[in-house]
Amino acid sequence: MIRRTATAVFRKDLLIEWRSRALLTRVVPFAVLVLVLFAIALDSEPLVLRAGAGLVWMTTLFSALVIVQRSFELERRDGALDVLKTLGVDGTALFLGKAAALIVQLLTLVVILVAGAVVLYGVNVEPSALVLLVTTALLGSCGIGLVGTLYGGLVSGTSGRDTLLPLLLMPVTAPVLIGASRATESAFGGDAIDATTAWAWVGLLAVFVAAFAVAGAVSFGPLLDSDS
Amino acid sequence: MTTITTPTTSRSTSTTATRVLGTVALVLMAWVVVSGLFLTPADVVQLESVRIMYVHVPSAWIAYLAFVTTAVASAISLFRRHRSLGFDRVAGASAEVGVLFMAITLVTGSLWGRLTWGTFWQWDPRLTTTAFLFVTYVGYLAIRRLDGTPRQRARRSAILALLAVLEIPLVHFSVVLWRSLHQEASVLNTDGDVRLDGLMLFTLFSGVIAFSAAFAWFVVHRQRVAAMEDLRLTSGLDVALAERRAEAVPS
Amino acid sequence: MVDVRDAVVTMAGFPALAGATIAVREGDIVVLAGPNGAGKTTLLRLCAGLVAPVRGSARVFGLDVAEQRDEVRSRVGFLGHANGLYGELTTRENVAFHAALVGASRDEVDAALHRLGLGGRLADVPVARLSAGQRRRCALANLVVRRAGLWLLDEPHAGLDATARRELDDTLLAASRSGATIMFASHDLDRLGTLRPRIVRIESGCVTSDSSLRKGAGQ
Repeated sequence: MIRRTATAVFRKDLLIEWRSRALLTRVVPFAVLVLVLFAIALDSEPLVLRAGAGLVWMTTLFSALVIVQRSFELERRDGALDVLKTLGVDGTALFLGKAAALIVQLLTLVVILVAGAVVLYGVNVEPSALVLLVTTALLGSCGIGLVGTLYGGLVSGTSGRDTLLPLLLMPVTAPVLIGASRATESAFGGDAIDATTAWAWVGLLAVFVAAFAVAGAVSFGPLLDSDS
Repeated sequence: MTTITTPTTSRSTSTTATRVLGTVALVLMAWVVVSGLFLTPADVVQLESVRIMYVHVPSAWIAYLAFVTTAVASAISLFRRHRSLGFDRVAGASAEVGVLFMAITLVTGSLWGRLTWGTFWQWDPRLTTTAFLFVTYVGYLAIRRLDGTPRQRARRSAILALLAVLEIPLVHFSVVLWRSLHQEASVLNTDGDVRLDGLMLFTLFSGVIAFSAAFAWFVVHRQRVAAMEDLRLTSGLDVALAERRAEAVPS
Repeated sequence: MVDVRDAVVTMAGFPALAGATIAVREGDIVVLAGPNGAGKTTLLRLCAGLVAPVRGSARVFGLDVAEQRDEVRSRVGFLGHANGLYGELTTRENVAFHAALVGASRDEVDAALHRLGLGGRLADVPVARLSAGQRRRCALANLVVRRAGLWLLDEPHAGLDATARRELDDTLLAASRSGATIMFASHDLDRLGTLRPRIVRIESGCVTSDSSLRKGAGQ
């Protein structure tokens, strides 16, 4: 039952995204633009090259705010979330479905941003670092996607949602930012971080993902109910 | 006979218990001030600036005590039907007072660092985690102020508080791991080099007790005020019910 | 089927329902009549398991709406003022989503669309481009494909022209004949047409009259 519902929600969210192409036509250009603006603001190619990994993940975080808001806005617009609640849809299933759709979108974004860093910042990715890079991208997207869905659900429908989501989400995503940035930095050939440390950061990301997957699955249902 | 979580029927929120608590806190505070400023010796390395420790360390302790109190009260509020709103009020009161002490911790820590090394901020794990804790709790208080019934507010903020229990250790661990990459961080600890003699230790200890008593006093009063606010809402319901029924004219 | 006794429901402290009592049997068609703000929407939401009474009780399908809320919700079809549709998706995709939630087959989706006159070309149009009446019917198709036993509709006729209203009434009648129990709110009783529902009046949060109690009094 949960899997059926979660799959239905996942497919529905991605179908809507595909129809409207909001991610590809609006969020991605915004994100790439932010990468460009960072380079302009920092005004130093060696600095930007060194900071590349961090900048990619900062940009992902900012873009995530937009994507999460949108994900819940389309439920709110015609009272769709209310209708889902009236069905007695399982909160866990709803959480997993929406989070999965969000993760897919974030992963797409991260891949594009990494390509952007290669092109714009002169970053070099060795084939040997590919596994590390892919794992980090995957876990980082999962981390942001999970807490994004959870906190997005917390503020959805409330009067403060536009300003509250950034305030609540940013502290929580700090571990992902730190971990993903450091691991990505290593994958980009940074000398400051060796492979062992990089994988330790990946381990931290994995713990984060596991913790919030469980927390979200458990609390999303009660969270939605607090609106009735 | 009123208990800590039951609102009093009089206009004031103080009882014998809180008056005793308040007096104890005041007396201990006075002792800490006197001892901290005048009686304890200056540090060999840091000279007089070490005295900030008597405010900073207890504040940090209270900040984390408040965090734990809010978390525990939120958990009880979520999982127990009976008196669940009372525990939610305690959680909210503890968060409000806690945010104050978090701010004090950050400011005093920052000043102490400034006096000791000349910079306002060191990325040491304790201060950085406290900063995250502060922002998280500002967000928590913002959530509590949204419209909704007391029950909605209780549910939403309790979940947020418990998520913070998950989040803060993760943040702390990340920062610790992060700073360990930068070797100089391990010596950047304002109270790491201070040698504490008997009187300093005792004053520090009294400071912790004094601040804890003050914390408890603030929380009890704030919780009672919140209870009175909620009571006003419910008694308003009976009046509103009567008025509404009077409007209905059966055909 | 529905058994509400002296229910008090508050919205932000205000008693939207101030002690309402109503009983509905399986297969009934009931209209809740009354002015704006009388509590019709709240009563429907109560029966849908969307709000809980602070005093009194409410049971649907023999289940308590507060204690067994998820079960109540899964068996009831509630349609408020909003349709709960996703504008970017077509009619068929919207109904298919609800079908996927309950495990209904593609044939059931087609049948539901057909029953509500949304087959053919309309099925593949994004819902945002449909008229108000067509969107309302799409929302009802969702109820049909979910096999809801109790339909709770909040002013379903609002914003519909005469043709659309007639189509809606036909849909409701057909649903009733297939075994669904229907409760809907309306503040315009003159245009009930073919439905002949039981009329329950609500004012100021209380039920003030019930036509089923006046035997032989006619509509």
